[in-house]
Amino acid sequence: APEGLEPNSFEDITNYNNYYEFGTGKRDPAENAHMLTTSPWTVKIDGMVDRPGDYQFEDILAKAQIEERIYRLRCVEAWSMVIPWNGFTLASLLGRVGVQSGAKYVAFETATRPEEMPGLRYQVLNWPYREGLRLDEAMHPLTLIATGLYGKDLPNQNGAPLRLVVPWKYGFKGIKSIVRITLQDTEPFTSWNDANPREYGFYSNVNPTVDHPRWSQATERVIGAGLFGSRRETEMFNGYGEEVASLYDGMDLQKNF
Amino acid sequence: MIADRINRATRKVPAWPLYILGALPPLWLLFQGFTGGLGVDPVKEMEHQMGLWGLWLLIAGLCVTPLQRFAGVRLIKYRRAIGLTAFFYIFLHLLIWLVLDVQIVSQIIADIYKRPYITVGMAAFVLLVPLALTSNNWSIRKLGPRWRQLHKLVYVIVPLGGLHFFLLVKGFQIEPLIYLGVIFLLLALRIRLPRRKRTAPAE
Repeated sequence: APEGLEPNSFEDITNYNNYYEFGTGKRDPAENAHMLTTSPWTVKIDGMVDRPGDYQFEDILAKAQIEERIYRLRCVEAWSMVIPWNGFTLASLLGRVGVQSGAKYVAFETATRPEEMPGLRYQVLNWPYREGLRLDEAMHPLTLIATGLYGKDLPNQNGAPLRLVVPWKYGFKGIKSIVRITLQDTEPFTSWNDANPREYGFYSNVNPTVDHPRWSQATERVIGAGLFGSRRETEMFNGYGEEVASLYDGMDLQKNF
Repeated sequence: MIADRINRATRKVPAWPLYILGALPPLWLLFQGFTGGLGVDPVKEMEHQMGLWGLWLLIAGLCVTPLQRFAGVRLIKYRRAIGLTAFFYIFLHLLIWLVLDVQIVSQIIADIYKRPYITVGMAAFVLLVPLALTSNNWSIRKLGPRWRQLHKLVYVIVPLGGLHFFLLVKGFQIEPLIYLGVIFLLLALRIRLPRRKRTAPAE
């Protein structure tokens, strides 16, 4: 994992967001996300698990071991920032509900509340927003469910009350404001892949050698570096290759992008 | 009539103050950029704002003739200032992309070849250059009727600008589609149906 990452300011992290349910502009989520009611919050966990059910967010949080993880977030739009998340591993949550032996994938779903999310008026994507991981990716110790940043409760524009963070994948894989987690044996529907399969693959691992058809992924703009801040070279797996490259042994990452 | 009032009001207003007004938005952006007023990603903000202002002015330039034809509002004397300011903004848009955003020459060249939205944007800019260079009285005299022919290139350039925006957004977004719709409407207003031939009265 990358060492010595210098986190972006709280200001940066909470005013530059992609959360299309609140609008497609980078500042729209900061302006509109206050409308989202995050308490009470229920997460439905179902599919191939031993203890399916509707879990209250408080109960999930009460049983969780919260730790800080400073990760670089690399957006598919070729920019990056560094975020000090607080959260727990997805593996610990899945461990508590008991994953059945046939399960191969995890599917996630974001809340869909037209009265609280003005961006849903536009069919930018096929709502609700959905994401997915292979089970081994989901169980990886780097894969986090974030519930806070900078030691504070997660701001709504960052995906309150709980969101996924997968640091070696493009940011859009980190689904926000999760209301449903389903264990299944088939590859899940994922929203951006559905919108444009040529541009967004199921895996969407950060990979400087596979360009987005409309822009290069070789470099990234560093958010917070100011007017003359330069680009940095994008690293394979966003710099987390040592930990995760083995998950993809024998796979053609040009095809499975 | 509103048209008459506009025409009377603008009779004594020369075009040159538009150039000064036109210089204000970039200066404002630069000031905001240096003082942190453009948010977390000032480079993208400046780049997008200049592109958007350029597109707005190109569309405004296309409005001049239909306004005169269908509403009797005469704004033709401002059209050169509108067009040149649009060129100025689009030039800045390109410059910000080259110098502050991409920075890396090899990547710039690759982008122009490989990325359709950048190819389209570059093509529109290249086509704008001769129009900007000939937006002066001397060129109009020198080129004669060819000047009008040359400046019909805007009918290609403005849709390319709209297409450039449409191609770069993620997902299905409304704003670029609105601009494209307006552009095509303004172009459609210029289509003159062939006049019915006046048949000479018999005998």
